[in-house]
Amino acid sequence: MSVGPDVATGDIPAPRLRRPLDATWRIVKTQPRATAGFVIVLFFVVVALTAPWLAPYGVTEKVGPVFEPPSPEHPLGLDDAGVDMLSLMMWGARVSLVVGFAAALVAMLIGGTIGLLSGYFGGRTDTVLMRMTDYFLVIPDIPLMLVAAAIWGRSLSNIVIIIGVIYWTTTARLIRSQVISLRERVYVKRAHAVGAGHGRILFRHILPQVTPLIVANTVLTVAIAIFAETAIAFLGLGDPTLTSWGKLIENAFSHNAITVDAWWAIVPPGIAVALVILGCTMVGQAIEDTLNPRLRVGHLSVRRFRLRPLQGTDQV
Amino acid sequence: MTAAVTGNGDAPLLEVEGLVTRYPLPRGVVGVFARAPQRYVQAVEGISFTLRRGEMLALVGESGCGKTTTAQSILRLVRSDAGAIRFQGTDITTLPSKELRGLRRRMQIIYQDPYESLDPRFRVRATVEEPLVVHRIGSKEDRLHEVEAALRLTGLDPPELFLDRYPHELSGGQRQRVAIAASLVLHPDLLVADEPVSMLDVSVRAGILGILDDLRRRGLGILMITHDLSTAARFADRIAVMYLGRIVEEGPAREVVGNPQHPYTKALLSVVPKRDPEQSTQPQILRGETPNPVDVPPGCRFHPRCPIAGDECRTFDPELRVPAGARPGHSAACLKA
Amino acid sequence: MSLLEVTGLHVWFDLQQGGELHAVQGVGFDLDAGERFGLVGESGCGKTTTILALMGLLPPTASVAGTVALAGENLLERGERTVSPHRWKDVAMVFQGAMNAFNPVKRVGDQIAEPMALHEVADGAEAKRRVGELLELVGITAARADRYPHEFSGGMRQRAAIAMALACEPKVLLADEPTTALDVMVQAQILELLVTLSDDFGLALVLVTHDLPVVAQVCERAAVMYAGEIVESGPTTALFHNPRHPYTRLLFAATPDLYGDEDVASIPGAPPRLDRPIGGCPFQPRCDRAFGRCEEARPVLRSVADRHAAACHLNDLPQEVPAA
Repeated sequence: MSVGPDVATGDIPAPRLRRPLDATWRIVKTQPRATAGFVIVLFFVVVALTAPWLAPYGVTEKVGPVFEPPSPEHPLGLDDAGVDMLSLMMWGARVSLVVGFAAALVAMLIGGTIGLLSGYFGGRTDTVLMRMTDYFLVIPDIPLMLVAAAIWGRSLSNIVIIIGVIYWTTTARLIRSQVISLRERVYVKRAHAVGAGHGRILFRHILPQVTPLIVANTVLTVAIAIFAETAIAFLGLGDPTLTSWGKLIENAFSHNAITVDAWWAIVPPGIAVALVILGCTMVGQAIEDTLNPRLRVGHLSVRRFRLRPLQGTDQV
Repeated sequence: MTAAVTGNGDAPLLEVEGLVTRYPLPRGVVGVFARAPQRYVQAVEGISFTLRRGEMLALVGESGCGKTTTAQSILRLVRSDAGAIRFQGTDITTLPSKELRGLRRRMQIIYQDPYESLDPRFRVRATVEEPLVVHRIGSKEDRLHEVEAALRLTGLDPPELFLDRYPHELSGGQRQRVAIAASLVLHPDLLVADEPVSMLDVSVRAGILGILDDLRRRGLGILMITHDLSTAARFADRIAVMYLGRIVEEGPAREVVGNPQHPYTKALLSVVPKRDPEQSTQPQILRGETPNPVDVPPGCRFHPRCPIAGDECRTFDPELRVPAGARPGHSAACLKA
Repeated sequence: MSLLEVTGLHVWFDLQQGGELHAVQGVGFDLDAGERFGLVGESGCGKTTTILALMGLLPPTASVAGTVALAGENLLERGERTVSPHRWKDVAMVFQGAMNAFNPVKRVGDQIAEPMALHEVADGAEAKRRVGELLELVGITAARADRYPHEFSGGMRQRAAIAMALACEPKVLLADEPTTALDVMVQAQILELLVTLSDDFGLALVLVTHDLPVVAQVCERAAVMYAGEIVESGPTTALFHNPRHPYTRLLFAATPDLYGDEDVASIPGAPPRLDRPIGGCPFQPRCDRAFGRCEEARPVLRSVADRHAAACHLNDLPQEVPAA
């Protein structure tokens, strides 16, 4: 009996270490959409982080007449109280982004945990958790947020929790279905047969596989959360002590910016919200697409393979 | 190790007696309201066999015959409904779940698909080491030695070449070797191999089967589940042929292949393609598919497809016995044999 | 002139990380109506790519060279434009895993009728009648045309997949591992069906498989592929009793036989990578009979006996004939 090793080792490539620059360039080239989205989000994050140093004026500092149009000193003009719009935008970015990311994090924690447990244990656990998810899913979100903000107060942390608690359902369902398919994978069964406990299987074998999906989903939730915060603030239920983009729009709106044609007080925060949402969506969808490559083209569809003339030497 | 798995040394490694495993069929809303009787998939319907140390038993049969369920019942991955499974003399069917961990150390399984059975994010070292970590055995250094020894045993030599690789950097044969190594680090007594080579290229199959053969010689008991009679004939000591949840023929590999007694075994052997184009026997093709294990025919369960079935076969369910034309140790469940 | 003549077929695939993979390297074979030809090899040897190229079913990353002549007409003459009129009409295929590729929510009969409508062969009641005939032909009662795929067993779905391939009455049927996932008994039924189809209707059959015994029992002639090329081709009896390439001999030796007593041995090593040129014989690193020249020059497939060819330097050594 020959136990001939089928172990020719030379032919299998050893793990390659790519230089970070090359890797970055590869991603930019192959994923232009993700790159664009990432750059947009990064821009606003940097603006938010550097606002205390870079913002030319304070958020309450009256520097000129009410609704002064844009000028070289004030590129985005002044708002309803004569405060520099550019500075307000930079400070507002802090609040909007903090709410967005923090709420998404809350959603991720709740949704991820419920999805993992529900998918992994199945059975009654799954039924109970999924029924709960269904209830949250059918609750009309904006009215609930308004009611909750009105009852529990309008502090920043309350708003974060409210948004987080409302938007975890999609994450939970996605994670659950992914976990169900992972649970049936042979290597998970093997770990079970070896004697590994639930904790080990969940954290060592399953969680690492769903992490990219969780990340993708969280990034998408950031966009939703920022939008929700804008909506809450616009309806006047935001934290009254803080300036967010939604608050800026609400302020301008309630102080007749539209009737005096002060577009600069409304449009820039709107565009900023739209851009961040766009950026997050682009990044999130790009991650999702990498995870679920499109189904392959059907067998009978037209394939445009190329013909190549034979070089004389090639003919054998 | 728990008391439950330390048996006396004389008992066979594994004794299965009258094992029954059924899966309930969902009745559906209508069924529940109509009080329809609960129906079962009768995956395994009372099978018995013995496996000794240093022996390889091949469980052969078509899909749906219950061979995989048998293996899962033995490993306590599914619950059996009746019968006894004695592992080293101790009945493990009633073992409480917290004692299963100790049991899992003594019996290991190799799966069919080496592309699926390794965690893609685990390096070879982590995969092979995992059982040791789970059972908290040895220091980090001891474990590395064990891992290296197991890799060597499976022909992945020198181990350093493989320790840091990921599954996608290995060929199919190499992956299956890693899977075997991972099942060996705990020094089990029983190895269940579920179609260990059917997903591999022909040219590397013999290597994997050779490893199993080698382990058998070192005293492991191996239960190989396969649909490939040629492989079973060449590598197993004994063959048990299953049909619809029953063992219909059992005996030394050579005897079963050379002198089959049950008409089902005869038919199966006749349709195995031979390597030599000139050596084509008349294939005796059974019509239709294996009946499904929910509606098992009364009497001999093979009678609807049997070429020699008589009236008594429709009513009488035969048991395994040594037929007149066979040597001792070779039995078949057929009235006509 | 044979019904199907493949000569000098090459297929390259562009690789994402640059470079290309030379998957099929000058494959040639021919077959007549009613003939059964086996294409044997291990995974990655290019056997599936070869028959996909015959069907013109390669992705845009592929480039193809060579000729595929069907009754004298080169299907690859102008690429897609010259293949598509013949696809499914003259050359049809049973894909690997086809039995699991049925649309679960459409009736089997409608799915079989689909290619008929697509190629304007038959429509409506006429198509329905033909679907019934086809199902009966492959051993399924015509009434089952109205059933859904999940109501069929694996073997029946494979029969239905064959019926679908026969929908437009092709001359050549390419079958890619048609019995791989099936039980031996069902495998025997399917193989019997394929033999009947070629015997009774003159269908030319190309059977692609990794399973040597299946080819030995079903095909009159076969070709063994390794690293993208045919290393030996000839009558199956000659391949078994008098192999002229060490790979063929070792492959048979690695296949256990029901009644064989000899040792079953694996072939050490792995096939070469196809994304770089191969100097010398591609099998040389794994060969038990390799000598100096094998490393230097790539052997060419040439005739060693009547209709029997091999690509091995050993055949050039006058006194040395590789033992069977």
